[in-house]
Amino acid sequence: MKTIFDKSVAGREGCWPCEGMAEEAYIPAELLRQGEIGLPSASELDVVRHFTKLSQRNFGVDGNFYPLGSCTMKYNPKFTENVAALPGFTRLHPVLPQLQGAGGLCQGALEVMFETERLLSELTGMAAYTLHPMAGAHGELTGVMLMAAYHKDKGNKKTKVIVPDSAHGTNPASAAIAGYEVISIESVDGIVSPEALAEVLDDEVAGMMMTCPNTLGLFEKNLPKIVEMLREVDALLYYDGANLNAIMGKMRVGDVGFDIVHLNLHKTFATPHGGGGPGSGPVGVSEKLVPYLPISRVEKQEDGQFRLNYKHPKSIGYVAPFYGNFGVVLKAYAYMLRLGGPGLTRATENAVLAANYMRKRLADHFEVPYNRICMHEFVASAAGQAKAGVHAIDIAKALLDKGHHAPTVYFPLIVPEAIMIEPTETENKETLDRFIDDLIEIAELVDTTPEAITTAPVTLPVTRLDETRAARSMELTDDL
Amino acid sequence: MPYVPHTDDEVRDMLATIGVDSIEDLFAEISSDMRPASFDMPEGLSEMDVLTKLEAMAARNATDRVSFLGAGFYDHYIPAAVDALTMRGEFYTAYTPYQPEASQGTLQAIFEYQTAITRLLGMECANASVYDGGTALYEALMMAVRKTKRRKIVVSEALNPIYRVMLASYTSNLDIEFVTVPHKDGQTDIEGLKAAIDGETAALLVQNPNFFGSINDFTELFNACRENKAVSVISSYPVLQTLLKTPGDMGADIAVAEGQSLGLPLSFGGPYLGIMTCTKKMVRQMPGRIVGRTEDSEGRTGYVLTLQAREQHIRRQKATSNICSNQSLCALRALVHMCALGEMGLKRAARVSVERAHVCAERLTAIDGVEMLTKGPFGNEFAVTLPINAYEAIARLTERGYVPGFPLGRYYKDLENGLLVACTEKTSEEQIGIFAEMLKGALK
Repeated sequence: MKTIFDKSVAGREGCWPCEGMAEEAYIPAELLRQGEIGLPSASELDVVRHFTKLSQRNFGVDGNFYPLGSCTMKYNPKFTENVAALPGFTRLHPVLPQLQGAGGLCQGALEVMFETERLLSELTGMAAYTLHPMAGAHGELTGVMLMAAYHKDKGNKKTKVIVPDSAHGTNPASAAIAGYEVISIESVDGIVSPEALAEVLDDEVAGMMMTCPNTLGLFEKNLPKIVEMLREVDALLYYDGANLNAIMGKMRVGDVGFDIVHLNLHKTFATPHGGGGPGSGPVGVSEKLVPYLPISRVEKQEDGQFRLNYKHPKSIGYVAPFYGNFGVVLKAYAYMLRLGGPGLTRATENAVLAANYMRKRLADHFEVPYNRICMHEFVASAAGQAKAGVHAIDIAKALLDKGHHAPTVYFPLIVPEAIMIEPTETENKETLDRFIDDLIEIAELVDTTPEAITTAPVTLPVTRLDETRAARSMELTDDL
Repeated sequence: MPYVPHTDDEVRDMLATIGVDSIEDLFAEISSDMRPASFDMPEGLSEMDVLTKLEAMAARNATDRVSFLGAGFYDHYIPAAVDALTMRGEFYTAYTPYQPEASQGTLQAIFEYQTAITRLLGMECANASVYDGGTALYEALMMAVRKTKRRKIVVSEALNPIYRVMLASYTSNLDIEFVTVPHKDGQTDIEGLKAAIDGETAALLVQNPNFFGSINDFTELFNACRENKAVSVISSYPVLQTLLKTPGDMGADIAVAEGQSLGLPLSFGGPYLGIMTCTKKMVRQMPGRIVGRTEDSEGRTGYVLTLQAREQHIRRQKATSNICSNQSLCALRALVHMCALGEMGLKRAARVSVERAHVCAERLTAIDGVEMLTKGPFGNEFAVTLPINAYEAIARLTERGYVPGFPLGRYYKDLENGLLVACTEKTSEEQIGIFAEMLKGALK
C-alpha cells in the first residue's frame, strides 16, 4: 500500500489549527530552516481514508484471538476510555501542582494516584508504590536502581544480580544497564532449584529477579526456600509482575517475601497495548525500601487534601519527568474499581482455567515439555513437527491464515521450537475450541501436505516478508 | 461476572477435560504458607458507578484556568481526526508487531512516522520506542558513552532542568561525570560549552529553544564536538522545528524531543512520546524498535521490525538497552497529527504561536518593573523578571483564573523573580490582554 507521502499533493491543504498565518519576521533569517519539510499535503479525508485502510491491515484483540504468550492480550473494557478522555484529566498540565497555591487545582488527579497506589499495595501485599515508571522494563530498571540505593545506603558491597533462564529477557538487560554483573542460573524441571541457586549465591549478590509464574507458565513452588536463602546474604528479591494475571487473590508477593515488584498495567489491568505501547510499570516495595522510592510521592494530609512531597533525602530521584503515564494509570484504576477484589480473583481463575484447558487438549498433538498443571500460559513445542521440516514459525504463519494472531514463538529460549500460548480469561470457549481445532488441523497437515504450512500466510495483504533483506538494505525512511 | 464469558456448564466441561474437580485444584502448588495474609480489596462497582466516581474526581481538577504554562509541555490544538483514527480497534488493541504479515498497519505507520520525524528534524534514522523526551535524552547519552567509551558529559544549564534531574538519577550508579556549564542570563553559553568540550568528552547536551525559550544555531558548537570525536546531542521542540534550522543542518549526531506537542494531550504528564533520531552512522547504537522496508515472497512491498540483534529479547544482558515497548500508539498520534494538519497546518500552528508569544511579551514588558529575561530571538515561550517573587505573582493570578507561567526560582536559585511564559495558537489576544491587566494589578 502506498505511503501517505506518495499520496501527498503539493498545495493541498489539511485542516487548519487556527486562522491567520503570521509572518516569520519574529525570528532572524539565519535561524530559520531552509526549504520544505516534506510532510504530507493531504485533505482531511485523504488522511482519514489512508489510516483507516492501514488499520485494516492489522490484527487487534477487537477482531482476532491473540494468544500471545507472556503478553496478556486480554480484552479491555471500552468504558475505561471514557474515563481517560474526561477533559478534567486530559487538559491538566503536569507542572500545575508544583506552583504555589495550585495543589488545590488538581486534587482529583492526585487522589486517583493515591488510591491507585493504595489498591496496588493491597493487591500485592507491598508497603508502597510509585506510579512513575512508564513501561514494564522501565519498572525493572527502577527496581534495580532501588536495589542499588538500598545496598549503597547500608554500605553493602554488591556487584551481581541473579536472573534465572526462565525469566523475561528484559530482566538481565535491566540489571546490566543499572550497572550490575548478571549471573544466569538454569532451571531444573522448569523452575528455580534451591541447589542451583546455592551454587552462585554469595555476599556479592545484590538480588535476584524472578518471573513467577515463569516464562514456561510454571509456578515457582520453591519460593519460600529461595526467599530464606537470599535473606541470609541480605540480597533482595525482585518480582517481575508481568504475569500477575495468574495469581491475583491467590498469592501476594509481599506476603511471600518479595522486596520489589513491578506490574504491567497494560497487561493485567486492561489497558490496550496500542501496537506495543504506551504501557505503565508501577513499582511496589517492602517497608525497608520505601525511603528510596522515586520523587515526587503523593500523600494524603490530615485535612484530607492530597499533596506531592519532593523531600525524601534517600530517594533515587526522578525516573520520569512527572507522575508516570497518568492516562494509563487512570484506566487501570477504573478497571480495578469495576472488578474489585472478587472480580480480579475470578479473572485469574478463568485465565488459568483456559490455559490448562488448551494445554490438555493440545498435548496429544504437540510436545508439551512440562505437561503438568500450568498457570495462565503454557509452552508447547514444534520439535516433533520440525523433523518433518515444519517449524514453529511456519505454524505461526498458518494460524494467521486461519484468522488468529500467532502465539509467541521461539520464546522462552530454553524450549526448542517453542510455541507459547496465553489465552487469557476473556476469550469464550468457542474461540478457544476453534483455535485448538485449527492448530490440530495444522498438525495433521504436517504429515500430509507440509508445503501448505511452510508457504503460509496466503490470505493476508502480504506473504512472508524478507527480514534479512530489511536488515541489509536498512531502508528506514521513505526517500524524498 | 464482568468480561469473563464462561458459563457454569462450560467451566464444568473444561475442568472435566483437564481432569480436576475444581478451579482451586489448579492453584494447588501455591501452598498455604504462600496464600495472602489479607486481601482487603473493595467489591466491584458497575461501569456507571465507576464513571460517576471518576467524573467527580475529574471535576476536582481546575482545567478551566487560562494557562500560560509551558516549560516543555504545550497545549496545542489536536485535530479530531487524531482521536478518531488512533482509537480504531485494529490499531488500538494490537500488540508489538511480532508477526509482520498480520501487523502491516502498525508497521507501515511506524515507518511513516520515522519518515515524518526524520524530515522534521533533518536527521537520517528514527525509532518509535522511547517513553518521553527525558528518557530520550538519557538514551542518547548512553549511546554516546557506548560509542566513544568515554564518561564525561557536557551539559548546558539552559537545558530543561526537569530532564537534568532525571539524568542525574539514571546515572547515579554508573561511572559518568557531568560538567554543567551555567546559563548566561537565560542564554545558552556557547563559548563556555565549547571550552568544556575536549578529548575526554562523550557527549554534549543542548536544547533549542532552550528552557528560557531562547533560540540558537549550534553549528559551530557541533563542529567542536566533531573535532573532539564527541557526540553532539540536541533536544528540540517539534512544533517549532517547522520553522527553525534543523538539528541535521546544524550537524547534530543525535536529535531528541518531547513529542507531546504533536497531538498528545497534556494528560497530567503522560503518556508522552520520546522522539529519538540519529545519523545512519549511529543507528546500531540506537535503542528500541526500528521498522525497515522490505519485500514479501511475491515481491510486494512490506514492513518488518529490523536490526533486532541489538535488542533485549535476543541479546539479554548484552543488549543496547532494556526498552521493550515501542510507544507505537503515541507515535501514531504524532503521525496522524502531522498528516492531518499537513505541512502548512503545522507551520501555521508554529507561526501563530510565535506571534502570540511576541504580542504577550510586548504587553507584559509594558508593565512597570517587568523586564525581558530572555534576550535575543525566542519562539513561543519567553522569560521575564517581575518586581516580586514569581511564586507570589502566580498564586495571586491563579486565584483569579489565570495561570501565568512557570516560576524559574524552582530550579534556578538566583531567579526567584523569573517567570517563564508560553503561548500557543490556542492563546487568544483577548486572553493576553486580560493577563497583562491582571498582572499589572497584582504587582501594585
